[in-house]
Amino acid sequence: MSTFLTEEPTQVTEAAVSTRLSSLDTLESEAIHIIREVVAEFEKPALLFSGGKDSVVMLHLATKAFWPGKVPFPVLHVDTGHNFPEVIDFRDRTVERLGLKLVVGSVQEFIDRGELAERADGTRNPLQTVPLLDAIQSNKFDAVFGGGRRDEDKARAKERILSLRDEFGQWDPRNQRPELWNLYNGRHTVGQHVRAFPISNWTELDVWRYIERENIELPGLYYAHDREVFARDGMWRAVGEVSQPRPDEEVITKTVRYRTVGDMSCTGAVESAAATVRDVVIEVAASTITERGATRADDRISEAAMEDRKKDGYF
Amino acid sequence: MSTEIDTARAAALLDEAPLAHASLFRFATAGSVDDGKSTLVGRLLHDSKAILADQLDAVARTSADRGFGGPGAAGVQAIDLALLTDGLRAEREQGITIDVAYRYFATDRRSFILADCPGHVQYTKNTVTGASTADAVVVLIDARKGVLEQTRRHLSVLQLLRVAHVIVAVNKIDLVDFSESVFRGIEADVQKVGRELGLGSDGITDLLVVPVSALDGDNVVERSERTPWYTGPALLEVLETLPAADELESHLESFRFPVQLVVRPQGALAPDAVAGGLDVEKYRDYRAYAGQITEGSVKVGDKVSVLTPGQAPRTTTVTGIDFAGAELTEAVAPQSVALRLADEFDVARGDTIAAAGTVREASADLYAALCWLSPKPLREGAKVLVKHGTRTVQALVRSVSGKLDLATFKLEGASSLELNDIGHAQLRLAAPLPLENYLHHRRTGAFLVIDPLDGNTLAAGLVNDHPGDHEDERYSI
Repeated sequence: MSTFLTEEPTQVTEAAVSTRLSSLDTLESEAIHIIREVVAEFEKPALLFSGGKDSVVMLHLATKAFWPGKVPFPVLHVDTGHNFPEVIDFRDRTVERLGLKLVVGSVQEFIDRGELAERADGTRNPLQTVPLLDAIQSNKFDAVFGGGRRDEDKARAKERILSLRDEFGQWDPRNQRPELWNLYNGRHTVGQHVRAFPISNWTELDVWRYIERENIELPGLYYAHDREVFARDGMWRAVGEVSQPRPDEEVITKTVRYRTVGDMSCTGAVESAAATVRDVVIEVAASTITERGATRADDRISEAAMEDRKKDGYF
Repeated sequence: MSTEIDTARAAALLDEAPLAHASLFRFATAGSVDDGKSTLVGRLLHDSKAILADQLDAVARTSADRGFGGPGAAGVQAIDLALLTDGLRAEREQGITIDVAYRYFATDRRSFILADCPGHVQYTKNTVTGASTADAVVVLIDARKGVLEQTRRHLSVLQLLRVAHVIVAVNKIDLVDFSESVFRGIEADVQKVGRELGLGSDGITDLLVVPVSALDGDNVVERSERTPWYTGPALLEVLETLPAADELESHLESFRFPVQLVVRPQGALAPDAVAGGLDVEKYRDYRAYAGQITEGSVKVGDKVSVLTPGQAPRTTTVTGIDFAGAELTEAVAPQSVALRLADEFDVARGDTIAAAGTVREASADLYAALCWLSPKPLREGAKVLVKHGTRTVQALVRSVSGKLDLATFKLEGASSLELNDIGHAQLRLAAPLPLENYLHHRRTGAFLVIDPLDGNTLAAGLVNDHPGDHEDERYSI
């Protein structure tokens, strides 16, 4: 019996069906299965939603999982106060469109109350952990969906799809539950919660091909546009309220786009003419630089940067 | 600062038809660091261009810091490919691999998910985990050492889990001067072990042996001129052409669908769907059963049984297969869909919908092989939880009837199971489950054993037939 995709279609018997699934179909079904499992087994899940492409894809998958019903959980955003205004606008429009509840954890409020201190380098990404854990605790969320993918870096490659976090939100990479078949074990004790990563097995290219296939709207800064930028740490930084050039840093206008949309003070733009989703798919397929290495200043600090932050309860 | 575009490669990936239809293939690697497994994985990723420039830079820097390669060493030999796959700080510090790591790469024929399973620490736990979702497993052997006790253990576990395709890569063939006689000797030993186990001759699994040099790349991505006596395909060619589980013909007869939840919006329809023109009247009383098809296929009009523990199977007809607004006429594993049924039964999470009349009566007596994955040993009389499909029930461990010596494949007497043991046990369930023999149903024949105290996963379970109704002698390990 030949079943090779590249060959002529095999003759199927009357009882057999002819459906063939592409890799995107398989990944989509896997993600929807995980989202439904978490909703069925947990009391109070929430989805981390930043307006970034991975979280937008996550929300799209959730709408498909529960169609024609509403997405049955709120979304949670940890706002560094340094976000791109157009991304915040996109976030609010999306929440409105889907009729969701939005919970915001504010880094700025923690700084104002003196519970967090601004870092010397001005970067606020690492400061998100405390407001995140506070929001999880005060809202009694027992499962938090994230758009993390195992292809992002070497520490994430060892993360489970359901990842248990202790009372301090910590990840213990040496003591993870084995994950077998499609049977997910989300049991936890009081105070613990679970991070769920339904698109663990997707690559950056899968995400973009899915955005193209499903015609998913993203914040405009993922596509090429003209922007005032200056060079710092080998990246193009946007000029903005929280991202000002030093006297020796020249401001120029470039055609750029963003590959991630985090904190304005540490997310760099890449020079690109990719103005449509198709252009981006081709660019990503051809790119020789992974997205974190290219555009996140805080991940360049050390090879172990992500592992340390995950252990501390980061996404 | 700008991303470099290799348009030729982008075109190859995107403009040729296969990618849109490319399937997903999951495989795992098993073997120890000494066999060069990390190097093989690094070689596959490197030669299939899955390693990106910045990762390679970081690895090259670290390799140089540690004195790998040396003056005059050029290209890929100058870097330690194994560093590409060491993820955690403790692993780098100790030079070992602790946990299963997942890697991703694509060729123009397929997308691959690779579960890279460390061999020397907790090999059973890691191999069972990686192999549970794998279409194929690559087992490494050092050509200088041949079949070792660990090879026998690995093959034994893969046979138990009925991994469809087992590929033995005889690595470091360069270090035995590409000798055909060395390779043929190892190949014969592997086939002998396979025969003892039934691996490759049970009608479910197959067994292939490939000579490779992970360090130099021989027969990894392309066939090597240095092994002219080997006429088979290179490792990647094998992986590109083996049928994935979901590419096999699907039939109603094996259709299984554990119900995850009931979709019943009761008027609370998604505002975006309503704004998009959803017929509100039509969906006012919508009721469908959401889940993922674990096996087989289903069409609208098919007769199915709803299996609810403690009740006789109820037969009805599938009237609709919905997927996010699309009404499908048929669906196949592993699709996630929502089924509508002709009769308004009370169906809930934990029930299973299956092809009518194909599942035997639910039973509260569970006979199973257990792969013990916890440092906390299994004792007779223990109370545990069993998670099967979408249902979790309490269970009592009535007896442990022996454990398998993986090196000799003999069953030894035992009354407890320790970490990495594989043994037989009988459990009594608090509620009957529609258990099926793992031999015939890799999903509905599998379950987890969970510790009710801390919630940790204790074991991977494979359902056996009840004593007396064995249809396959080999299955009683």
